[in-house]
Amino acid sequence: MAGTGTFADRVFRSVLIVLSSTVILIVVSMVAMMVWTSLPTIRMFGLEFLYSGEWQPASNVFGALPFIYGTIVSSLIAILIAVPISLGIAIFLVEQAPKSISSPAAFLVELLAAIPSVVYGLWGIFVLAPFIRNYLGPFFQDYFGWLPLFQGRLTGFGMLTGGIIMAIMVTPIITAVVRDVLEVVPNTQRDAALALGATKWETTLIVLQNASSGIAGAVVLGLGRALGETMAVTMVIGNSPQITASLFEPAYTIASVLAANFGEASDRLYLSALVEMGLVLFLVTFVVNALAKVLVLGVAKGTNAASKA
Amino acid sequence: MGDKISIKNLNFYYGKNQALYDISMKIPEREVMAFVGPSGCGKSTFLRVFNRMNDTIPYARVEGEVKIDGKNIYKTKTDVVALRRKVGMVFQKSNPFPKSIFENVAYGIRINKMHSGKKDLADRVEKALRDAALWDEVSDRLNTSAFGLSGGQQQRLCIARALAVQPEVILMDEPASALDPIATQKIEELVVELKKKYTIVIVTHNMQQAARISDKTAFFMLGKLIEVNPTEKMFTNPDDELTEDYITGRFG
Ligand SMILES: Nc1ncnc2c1ncn2[C@@H]1O[C@H](COP(=O)(O)OP(=O)(O)OP(=O)(O)O)[C@@H](O)[C@H]1O
Ligand SMILES: [Mg+2]
Repeated sequence: MAGTGTFADRVFRSVLIVLSSTVILIVVSMVAMMVWTSLPTIRMFGLEFLYSGEWQPASNVFGALPFIYGTIVSSLIAILIAVPISLGIAIFLVEQAPKSISSPAAFLVELLAAIPSVVYGLWGIFVLAPFIRNYLGPFFQDYFGWLPLFQGRLTGFGMLTGGIIMAIMVTPIITAVVRDVLEVVPNTQRDAALALGATKWETTLIVLQNASSGIAGAVVLGLGRALGETMAVTMVIGNSPQITASLFEPAYTIASVLAANFGEASDRLYLSALVEMGLVLFLVTFVVNALAKVLVLGVAKGTNAASKA
Repeated sequence: MGDKISIKNLNFYYGKNQALYDISMKIPEREVMAFVGPSGCGKSTFLRVFNRMNDTIPYARVEGEVKIDGKNIYKTKTDVVALRRKVGMVFQKSNPFPKSIFENVAYGIRINKMHSGKKDLADRVEKALRDAALWDEVSDRLNTSAFGLSGGQQQRLCIARALAVQPEVILMDEPASALDPIATQKIEELVVELKKKYTIVIVTHNMQQAARISDKTAFFMLGKLIEVNPTEKMFTNPDDELTEDYITGRFG
């Protein structure tokens, strides 16, 4: 390829190469910056940083476990709630609803994804948190209070509130991707099932099987988004670095602790600890998103094979 | 032999567009009926009337009477799921499910709850594969993906899948149009074999194919039934001039 074409072509090519290498450079420099800045805590605590639960910035003790725990658990809650809802909406939009309903409904769902995070946070503070404090929490404590999951003080701000807010935020994303992968399932698959006497529901199962790896990709993509979500969660999760079984107790996530404490972290070691957590979050979301990409790309190829077959 | 399907004054509309005009004909039991005619004349539409596959198109509308075994299948009380079990369909493009060979054939048996245990299920799958003349080629790899089969094998797998639910009628819409001559020949031999047990309606663009395998042929043009006659008469001494023109290749 190199050296072919006119002078203008070569200039154009060079410009493109420079531009695309810039993106890679930015990522590399980001990682380098984070590794460099977090060297003090990496040297001082090593791997213990990841599994120690002590977090006392005042006495220079830094263990990231409560934040890792909070990030993972709140994201899992979000996924657990968001996935069934998203699947339901996507199946309804693609398999059930007439065009006249499904197009505007899909548009509305996509609009939800455009609402700024801080607005979700406000809604969480003024609507969701009081609802959990006054209704949902007491209900669960009355009937399932013997489970450690539902014990503890009810402030309305805690792990569950954070998880629910995130669920609402990732639902439009998962729904949109699942809708896309369901739509590329060839109609010949639906016809095949129907012609054998399948009901609407049995036909939908065949469609879901055709789309399975794309759906897995959508879920992982949602997980990636939940892991990195900052603003709304910071506003409702209670921001307390503790590890408890209770869903109602306050918790903390990596993204939240970074956002909330960066300004006051004047101390070099404190700063280093925060940045090292940022590094951990970056690596985890990077892997999760890469996995999602592979899965969603796989489904495009898979259904191509099915339609060519 | 009696008539399996009888159609009286059938009109079919896609929204405002009429696709079939006042069609009346009878399809005899355990024979092969071929539908021929130029592209867009309504062969597929007509075929899909018999298992109500057109129900999936919200703006489609049927008028007239279609009786199978004397019962009008467009009566409001008709159990469409049961109808589709009785009237199987094989499509132009083979469309196996993303499952193993075994599970593809077992699918219809499972959803219609026709089997009485694991052994019975396996027996039914084997029988369907044998009837579709595929068993010898796949018996040692039943649990591998159906996509690993050749195009012709996949089409015979789809036939086996349709046979497995024990239909009485099999509708085939250009089942061999995507296959090479050898695979096509296998499907043709299969159709001739299957008519001993089933009533078969096959759409084809291949005149020689219609001549080789069908007992009767129906010729359509622009949504109208021009002529239906025993295949031999149709190809040697048709009643209608249009039929003759089409068969001899003067147009279409
Ligand atoms: N889903 C649909 N919506 C609207 N019109 C349709 C639809 N399917 C078919 N038609 C129209 O109905 C007429 C008959 O189509 P049909 O597919 O039955 O023809 P065909 O004889 O099977 O053609 P071919 O030999 O090309 O398969 C055509 O004019 C076609 O455009
Ligand atoms: Mg057709």
